[in-house]
Amino acid sequence: MNDTTLGPVIEAWRIRKAFGPTQALGGVDLAAERGQVLALLGPNGAGKTTLVRILATLLRQDSGQARIAGLDTVTDATRVRSLIGLSGQFAAVDDLLTGYQNLEMIGQLYRLSTAEARSRAADLIERFGLTSAAGRLARTYSGGMRRRLDLAASLIARPPVLILDEPTTGLDPSTRLEVWNTVDALAAGGAAVLLTTQYLEEADRLAHRIAVLDHGLVIATGTASQLKDKTGGDLVEVRPGSAGEFDQVVAALRPLAGRLAQDRERLRIRIPAPDGATTLRAVLGLLDHAGVAVHDIGVRRPSLDDVFLALTGRGATSDPTAPPTAAPPPRRAGRKAVRSRT
Amino acid sequence: MTAAADPAAIPAAITPASTVRDIAIITRRNLWRIARTPQLLVFTTIQPVLFVLLFVYVFGGAIRTPGMSYADYLLPGIFVQTVLFGGTTAVALATDLASGMDDRFRSLPMARSAVLAGRTLADTSRNIITLAIVTAVGMLAGFRFHNGAAAALAAMGLILAFGYAFSWFSAVLGLTVKDPQTAQIAGFLPIFPFIFASSAFVPVASMPGWMQAFAKAQPVTVLVNAVRALTQGGPVSHWLWQTAAWTAGFLAVFVPLAVSRYRKT
Repeated sequence: MNDTTLGPVIEAWRIRKAFGPTQALGGVDLAAERGQVLALLGPNGAGKTTLVRILATLLRQDSGQARIAGLDTVTDATRVRSLIGLSGQFAAVDDLLTGYQNLEMIGQLYRLSTAEARSRAADLIERFGLTSAAGRLARTYSGGMRRRLDLAASLIARPPVLILDEPTTGLDPSTRLEVWNTVDALAAGGAAVLLTTQYLEEADRLAHRIAVLDHGLVIATGTASQLKDKTGGDLVEVRPGSAGEFDQVVAALRPLAGRLAQDRERLRIRIPAPDGATTLRAVLGLLDHAGVAVHDIGVRRPSLDDVFLALTGRGATSDPTAPPTAAPPPRRAGRKAVRSRT
Repeated sequence: MTAAADPAAIPAAITPASTVRDIAIITRRNLWRIARTPQLLVFTTIQPVLFVLLFVYVFGGAIRTPGMSYADYLLPGIFVQTVLFGGTTAVALATDLASGMDDRFRSLPMARSAVLAGRTLADTSRNIITLAIVTAVGMLAGFRFHNGAAAALAAMGLILAFGYAFSWFSAVLGLTVKDPQTAQIAGFLPIFPFIFASSAFVPVASMPGWMQAFAKAQPVTVLVNAVRALTQGGPVSHWLWQTAAWTAGFLAVFVPLAVSRYRKT
């Protein structure tokens, strides 16, 4: 690997794109460096795929500039294409070719020699656990196998820039975990990875930096913890089991009245807890004293969903398909629950 | 995994040599696909075979053909019909657009024209196979090449050349409708009147006057007449240059149109 190129390898400046009267991107700036995973987080329709298509030279922006390793995606498109690996939302593999043939073909089209394309195809087949299926037509593959093959195809030229558009959408938990591990390994190997996701825990788990995209604009960027700080740190969350309990809890917590954030609709009461457990103990004391039962209570770190809510006033998961989780995401401080059912 | 080399070392341009290699890779891909779907080949061959049987044994007795048996008259028409109906370019391109495969190709440092050229060349290979089968069936039904092997080969070459030019029209169609099912129907219907209002199955002289005007001028008649002259004998140069002109015309119009459509899609 040659590190003569310093600075960001994925850059976007003031990218605008409209489809007829609909503005898809309203002036987006982005940057990612070697060895970095940049997550583009946003709900459906936020403009993630449009931005990915522009960076991957599949679509031309109306204004602004995008560069890959310093090369303009419009004027130097061919060279840009030899530097990127793209894996889209829909696994782009040829159903009527075998897994091995798919990889060989893509490798050759990346201008690898036939011998090189074949040896790399064989390596990737093994690395992605497709050895026994290598000679079978891709149409016989399961969804997870197809996605693995698609990801392998995007890696065959060992591109320094990976663009992954919702790489885990529709995957089962174990395959999702495999994709996550692959992304980690790619970044550790020095690649710059741009990935889009609707899944908050995915961005949290994988990304060094997160750009939150909403209605074609980046509304926040930063590390996961920087974004979480925007919501004001830890809090104690009390979840009463019913509307009646909700009122009882509010009454019992009257001494903390100035700090309560009440959400009657979701049956949720939150109290900022800069000192974590002390606040929790105080809340539990007040509830015990009043003899009030609650469904759940705990100290909660803000999730990226809270961040989205704080930034936009809406939840990020307006999408009815709830984000499935692969495993307890290690980098995420989950709920430290203390249950009390008095 | 190590990242790739210095960007400056990456080949910058699409060269004629790289384009030829890309075309070869894409053609091979499409030939693999054809080999994996023999049923498609069978069904596109069954249709002309049924037509041979239907026309020779059912309608043929009622159709007067000047100076030759009906089988000899009919088969040149069936050859042309086989090539025009058998093309898969429109459906295949629309399928790639719909499946995301095309996005994959566009994100690669390959010649974009290779996607189209590789597709149309693969269709030509397909046509060679189906023409061979239809010829064999035709000969069982009484068709013969009465004009020598060289002329017979020239006839097949003429059909394949026109078929190749025609597949660029199909490419435009597929890139325009962008949906495999629509491409299937859209590729079939417009050809129908050209096949039937031609000299493919019956002499044009038997048609009403207004239709004769159309039938005499349109490319299917021209090509069928050229193939008939080459396989059965008779004056050929008139039809030959007209076929060449139509073929060149199709290429001149539809190659640039398909390429520009592809770039804009």
